[in-house]
Amino acid sequence: MKSNQCHYACGSDEHLIARRPFLGSLIAGGAALSGLSSFANPAVSAQLASQQKRMLVIRMHGGLSQLESWDPKPGTDTGGPYRAIPTSVPGMHISELLPYTAKKMHHLSLVRSINTKNGDHSKGTYMMLTGRHPMPGTDYPEIGAVVAKSMDEGGPSLPGHVKISANGTGARSADAAYLGPKYASMSLGGDKPLTNSTRPSDLSEDSAKARDEIRSLVNNRFGSKRRTAETDAYVQSFEQAEELVKRAEVFDLSQESKQDRERYGSHDFGRHCLLARRLLENDITCVQVSHSNYDTHNENFNFHHEQLGEFDRPFSILIDDLHQRGMLESTLVVVLSEFGRTPKINARYGRDHWGNAWSVCLGGCGIQPGAIYGKTNANGTEVTDDEVDAGHLFHTYLKALGLRSTSNFEIGGRKFPIADPAFEPIKDILT
Amino acid sequence: MDVTQTHVAFDLEIGSPLISCRFDPAGRFVFAGAEDFRVWRMPLSDTAADSERVELITDSWVRGMTFADSGETLITGGTDGRLIWFPAGGDASQGKIEPVRAIEAHDGWIRTVATSPDGKLIASAGNDLKIRLWNAADGKQVGELSGHESHIYNLAFHPDGVHLVSGDLMANLIDWDFAAGKQVRTWKAESLVKFDKTFLAFIGGFRGMTFSPDGRQLAGSGITNVSNAFAGIGNPSVVVFDWEAGGPATIEHLSKGGLQGVAWGVALHPDGTRIAAVGGKGGYLLFWKAKEAEDFHRIKLDNDARDLHLSPDGLHLATAHHDGHLRIHRMEAEAEKVKEPKPDAEKS
Repeated sequence: MKSNQCHYACGSDEHLIARRPFLGSLIAGGAALSGLSSFANPAVSAQLASQQKRMLVIRMHGGLSQLESWDPKPGTDTGGPYRAIPTSVPGMHISELLPYTAKKMHHLSLVRSINTKNGDHSKGTYMMLTGRHPMPGTDYPEIGAVVAKSMDEGGPSLPGHVKISANGTGARSADAAYLGPKYASMSLGGDKPLTNSTRPSDLSEDSAKARDEIRSLVNNRFGSKRRTAETDAYVQSFEQAEELVKRAEVFDLSQESKQDRERYGSHDFGRHCLLARRLLENDITCVQVSHSNYDTHNENFNFHHEQLGEFDRPFSILIDDLHQRGMLESTLVVVLSEFGRTPKINARYGRDHWGNAWSVCLGGCGIQPGAIYGKTNANGTEVTDDEVDAGHLFHTYLKALGLRSTSNFEIGGRKFPIADPAFEPIKDILT
Repeated sequence: MDVTQTHVAFDLEIGSPLISCRFDPAGRFVFAGAEDFRVWRMPLSDTAADSERVELITDSWVRGMTFADSGETLITGGTDGRLIWFPAGGDASQGKIEPVRAIEAHDGWIRTVATSPDGKLIASAGNDLKIRLWNAADGKQVGELSGHESHIYNLAFHPDGVHLVSGDLMANLIDWDFAAGKQVRTWKAESLVKFDKTFLAFIGGFRGMTFSPDGRQLAGSGITNVSNAFAGIGNPSVVVFDWEAGGPATIEHLSKGGLQGVAWGVALHPDGTRIAAVGGKGGYLLFWKAKEAEDFHRIKLDNDARDLHLSPDGLHLATAHHDGHLRIHRMEAEAEKVKEPKPDAEKS
């Protein structure tokens, strides 16, 4: 079937008018920038928030124990020493290590029946972020790239896919596969403003503007006849860099109030959650925050106590803030990991890798609040009801965001299914 | 006593992985905390029938056990934050012993409990960063000590009856004048804690702690030289402090060849021998002389050890194991086994 969409180096007018949404977005970007201070007003924020859907991924790096979080089995041979506590949803219990989150579960839901049949870190990460089972020679884009691409209105903008972690480098990652570098994630460390994001002092504003105009002119002339994916990536990188320079304060946590910085906490994860809020408020489409580390082969209980003690409060504050600001209904929130941890407790009080029966927490945009999907047996050793794979979850995320998960991307004349056609969304937890 | 002749005198199988162990001060029983949310009482005999094993239902994992009332009362501290009083020698005919008293003592885990030298006070430490003092006779709170900023892993009363020392995850030690409720001094066992930059977490703390009977030394045990916190890659360590001098450890006892694991329990024998039980990469008993850094004797155990206790007679060690066995070791030569006569059929 012939596509209506223009592809590379065809010389059509479509390439030229593609600059119009660029300018439009630039104006919108300027408006958003000027409106930064208004976000402190929830009513203004809510109005803006309703205009765009977004996704927040909290990645519990290393493999969060489902038994010490979303699917506790207290009093059993596998349950460990922690108790389950009631949540704000009648009948729903989670681990006592999450007392603040427990009070926000009426905004969130649980899927307790994941069986990815995998205990390898890199495979598990790949599966959970791409919704695909790894295949040699084939690469698929991560959820952040897929969402950023799907929500992209065509003009230049800030990177739509940002990852925040303690080891953030400021670099772009190769996680967008065939969607190209425009949708690759930008890695942030979170607690410092962007580096190299201001105009050099010895370059005047007029000189910089003149230089950019020459660059644009030459780019357009070249692109009208010899456009390739590489030249597009080059242009897009420049455009995003320009936006970053113009809107560097979007990434500057010091712009947030002292009160908010204290609420979220002085540790990395607290700062990263606050930065995530700031980025989502400023229309970054997909923000992923990593919390490290849960790979607790040794002393699972002590380490989960320490790690979840750090996670619990800022995460619950973030959920509350998104709700208060009217953003939760347009922001899909997913707390995921590469796998869970073994029900069996080893000699070092540890739990090992386990992909056969584990959980994720999700909520917000398109997700029924307070739902529990799927079930494991009494001591959590196997899924008993409604088993799902990473592929089902991926479809669910897209559907929740209002995307047709069975559609295709058209890249260079080829169709790429947006999600693995072997799976489908989990309809029971969608609104 | 000859520690080089140490052997398993008897092996008591509980079934559920074990967490802790303590001898009854009177030498009648040995108690073991297990992952089945119980403490088990067993007679100190390899010939005891299974029916003589008694369960004390704690509804939590119990790492802390101590005795009061001249050994007639066992007080447990569990991961549910409760202290429970049990009659240690209670009637076993029903297969279980009912508690005398249970109190909500802490918000979060209790990892350690101890009895004052005069037997009147029980000290407990919780994940709420508090040390609380309780009247052993009626369970009423009589004091609270605050000062730790990380989870308190262990505590011990000094034999002088004036001081209490507590140690936390960050390997900080606080010497308390517990009657006055005041800190006397603080110091740190630097080698027993590390921030793992890969996993972004601290590992360490005092997994075992004890005073020498004369009160001149304080020993703490744990893990050192950690290269991978989340895999537990590091070496067992026992640090010994001169109580009067305080400050840095006078010696750190390590294992010859660098065994891997954690020293989950430590004992200072009255004859000067230092002993640790190790788990993590196989179980070991390690023995040191007071002035030697490396062990002079070790025993490979059948399974990872998770706790150690020295018997009141100074001749036995109890080790609690992940495989659900409680092993009682005698530190002297094994009596020659009496050979059983062969069946008649084999004689011919």
